[in-house]
Amino acid sequence: MSYIRKPVAHHSNLPVNALGLTERDYEGGMSTLCAGCGHDSITAALIQACWGLDIEPHKVAKMSGIGCSSKTPAYFLREAHGINAVHGRMPSIATGANAANRNLYYIGVSGDGDSLSIGFGQFAHAIRRNVNMLYLIENNGVYGLTKGQFSASADVGSRSKGGDINEQPPIDPVLTAISLGCTFVARGFSGDKEQLVPLIKAGLQHRGFAMIDVISPCVAFNNHEGSTKSYAHTRQFYHPAIHTDFIEPRAEIRAEYERGKTMPIELHDGSTIVLRKVDVDHDPTNRAAAIGYLERHREAEEIVTGLLYVEEEGRDLHAINRTATDSLVEARVHGNQQAVLEEVQTQYR
Amino acid sequence: MKPTDTYHPDYFHKVVDCQWACPAHTDVPGYIRLIAQERYTDAYMLNRESNVFPGILGRVCDRPCEPACRRGRVDEQKPVAICRLKRVTYDYKDDISARLPNIPEEKNGKRIACVGAGCASLTVANDLMPLGYQVTIFEKLDVTGGLIRSNIPRFRLPPEVLDEEFDNILDMGVDLRLNTPVTSMQALLDEGYDAVFVGSGAPRGKDLRCAGRDEAGATGRVHVGIDWLGSVAFGHTESIGKRVLIIGAGNTAMDCCRTSLRLGARDVKVVARKPRDQLKASPWELEDALEEDVDLITCHSPKAFVVEDGALKGMTFEVLEYFEEDGRQKRRVLDEVFMPADDVVLAIGQENAFPWIERDIGIEFDEHDVPVVSRTTYQSTLPGVFFGGDAAFGPENIIWAVRHGHEAAISIHKHVHGENVADRLPNAVDVHTSKMGLHEWGYSNQYDPHERRAVPHVDVQQRFKGIDIEVELGFREDDWRVEVERCLNCDIQTIFFAEKCIECDACMDICPTQCLTIIPIDDEEPEESVRQRLRVPAQNPDQAVFVSAKLPQTRRHMVKDEDQCIHCGLCAERCPTAAWDMKHAQIFVPTVEDEEAAAQQRQESA
Repeated sequence: MSYIRKPVAHHSNLPVNALGLTERDYEGGMSTLCAGCGHDSITAALIQACWGLDIEPHKVAKMSGIGCSSKTPAYFLREAHGINAVHGRMPSIATGANAANRNLYYIGVSGDGDSLSIGFGQFAHAIRRNVNMLYLIENNGVYGLTKGQFSASADVGSRSKGGDINEQPPIDPVLTAISLGCTFVARGFSGDKEQLVPLIKAGLQHRGFAMIDVISPCVAFNNHEGSTKSYAHTRQFYHPAIHTDFIEPRAEIRAEYERGKTMPIELHDGSTIVLRKVDVDHDPTNRAAAIGYLERHREAEEIVTGLLYVEEEGRDLHAINRTATDSLVEARVHGNQQAVLEEVQTQYR
Repeated sequence: MKPTDTYHPDYFHKVVDCQWACPAHTDVPGYIRLIAQERYTDAYMLNRESNVFPGILGRVCDRPCEPACRRGRVDEQKPVAICRLKRVTYDYKDDISARLPNIPEEKNGKRIACVGAGCASLTVANDLMPLGYQVTIFEKLDVTGGLIRSNIPRFRLPPEVLDEEFDNILDMGVDLRLNTPVTSMQALLDEGYDAVFVGSGAPRGKDLRCAGRDEAGATGRVHVGIDWLGSVAFGHTESIGKRVLIIGAGNTAMDCCRTSLRLGARDVKVVARKPRDQLKASPWELEDALEEDVDLITCHSPKAFVVEDGALKGMTFEVLEYFEEDGRQKRRVLDEVFMPADDVVLAIGQENAFPWIERDIGIEFDEHDVPVVSRTTYQSTLPGVFFGGDAAFGPENIIWAVRHGHEAAISIHKHVHGENVADRLPNAVDVHTSKMGLHEWGYSNQYDPHERRAVPHVDVQQRFKGIDIEVELGFREDDWRVEVERCLNCDIQTIFFAEKCIECDACMDICPTQCLTIIPIDDEEPEESVRQRLRVPAQNPDQAVFVSAKLPQTRRHMVKDEDQCIHCGLCAERCPTAAWDMKHAQIFVPTVEDEEAAAQQRQESA
């Protein structure tokens, strides 16, 4: 952490987006995380993605629980809304917020402890309801705030800073999410923004629950030799299965991608993600095949990254519940309030 | 593109834009930090090491450092008021006499003659006296100072300041001979000096030849700018007509117009041939003149003097229009106008003149009748005769004259000891960390967003009550305390240790000016292509791009665009492995004393 404020001075040729804002306008407060924390890099990727999508900061709600990861919403989009919830309870609060106002971008930032231990049930049910949100797990395999105990995502054989070897099998958020029916499942690495930024953009534009498990090394407690979540280990066993290019609605898909290896997927808002297969074995639109592929590579101890499963036809919370699209506020202006209320209530009787 | 060699003495020197731009390479960030610490005398002495006359230069320097200042590039802010902070060191310093160099009683037996008692000669004396030289300065006037005294009006530079800083040198035991013009170089050489330094300035103002010049001259109302300023400075001229035309728009013209106002002129017009954006005057000098209600008339070319019945009536001018054709600037005449005037002052340039140097004694002159002088050794074609200041290459400015003096002193020292004058010590750089604690640095790294402070001026009504009322008052404490914090400490360099980097991106993410990028680079890739691939492309070709060695984990490279770095040190604070450090890069520009020490070392080892 630093004690000086980030200088207001910025590059004199800093590009602006369609709203006339620079990346600096998407920043938040000064991070108080440890120097070199992967989470800060994910924060920077979120800033780049929101800037790149021309998202108005006040159209975003940042949701988090407890943990180092859950501090990070304070460090981006200072003009966005947000709630810092009880440990593991962010998914239900995000679900409620989304039910009340579907017109915001919901960004949930959680960690391996927050999502895979205390909040595991909440995590599962938010997926099951297909809440339209981006859900990031900043995954470092340890409880950093309490000085480095193993978390539920620590790999078997991984050594803690104190020398203990973990013997309990990890919960893999990617496999878990796919098996729960999540409609957008990806894995990234805080040290590879070239991959992470397009994934975040695609996740934000995806209608439904978009889960990105981001390997985010803990420099203070889990970046030593013997750790399987260090920068060095992640880079050594890094296996990008698929390259994701996020293409904005206005831009055309260039046909120069090699045939058979590319797969354009159109998102509901008209934007497109083009998946370029690095590994031809992998089919990210086939749930069973994706699970098989991940299992095979897990056995080889490889860290498979990229957009690993996507289903763009899934129905989100509002579609499943057939929520009225007009708000009561609009009805109050335009029509007979009593009749509208009656109609809404009838749906639930 | 290959990894950058940051230990080349010029690499970090170039990053310190002000110090690089200063001909004397004054350690600007160094003295600004000393002011901030209220160590005014130390700050003055640090200035004196390189520029010798901080009090004079803190008022009238041409300040090449300020347009170069990094602060002017970041966030479209104005540069740090470097020159005015220099004056702060002069205004606040204590007695420095105990800190001036000791002059050896026993001399080294070498006698040096300097022609002209201006700042170039004085710098030579300042550098050589401490080594035991006997320096004699010949001056044709009865005062020292040369053009600084005669041409810079007192309302910009009080004579007391000049006297104080000149006396510091003269009191070292210089043999000053006033009222002693040198009329023959041959005669001077015959006196057996070990070396001669010519610092006699560029004392001849250019004349304007056009119709009616001779008749107008006969009226006594046409003046050559630098001569007229001298005559005002020495009290020979005390008035001027109500309507004055100043021809030319350089800094001399600015001094002429402002001086006219103080001698009784009411309607002063500065008439320039060129358009506003091509005038020679420094922007701040022009600004000061305009503040005093001088009329600036551009695109008017003098055509003729108008004299009636033996009296000057004014001048006619051609009104010009400039346009571009085939990429060249051309002009056409639109009209002709008459401007009435009681006096005309010509300030269209000056040149050096050497009627006293015989042309057959081995000192070669070029086709413009200017001596052939080396830009590195300042030696003429006659070994042992050196030139500096305006005498060397025509009018430059004071800070260049100081640089010439330093370099000539080194050459003189080498010459009299039978060494090759061209064989000089290179510049050097020394770096040491400024890290003092986990988040503590030996400099103030908090960016101060304040705007440049303005120096208070004497009220426009008050200042015309006398010719010697200094207009600029110097910074008040409230102002300089803000101004020193605006300095970005460009000499505190970001030093990168590639082998320690774990590529966590922390430095890139925190950098407020996005000047860091990690990318793969091929050895063969040209720099231009690397520049385009940075997070924000590096568009300023004058500023270097740093490329690290290959990073251990991915074999990529850390790249830094030096152009926009504000030296806040956040990269170093955020680096978990101390792969970045903020280190003070001290630039050593060799002096004659360093040359002497190196020679002694060579002797001992031989």
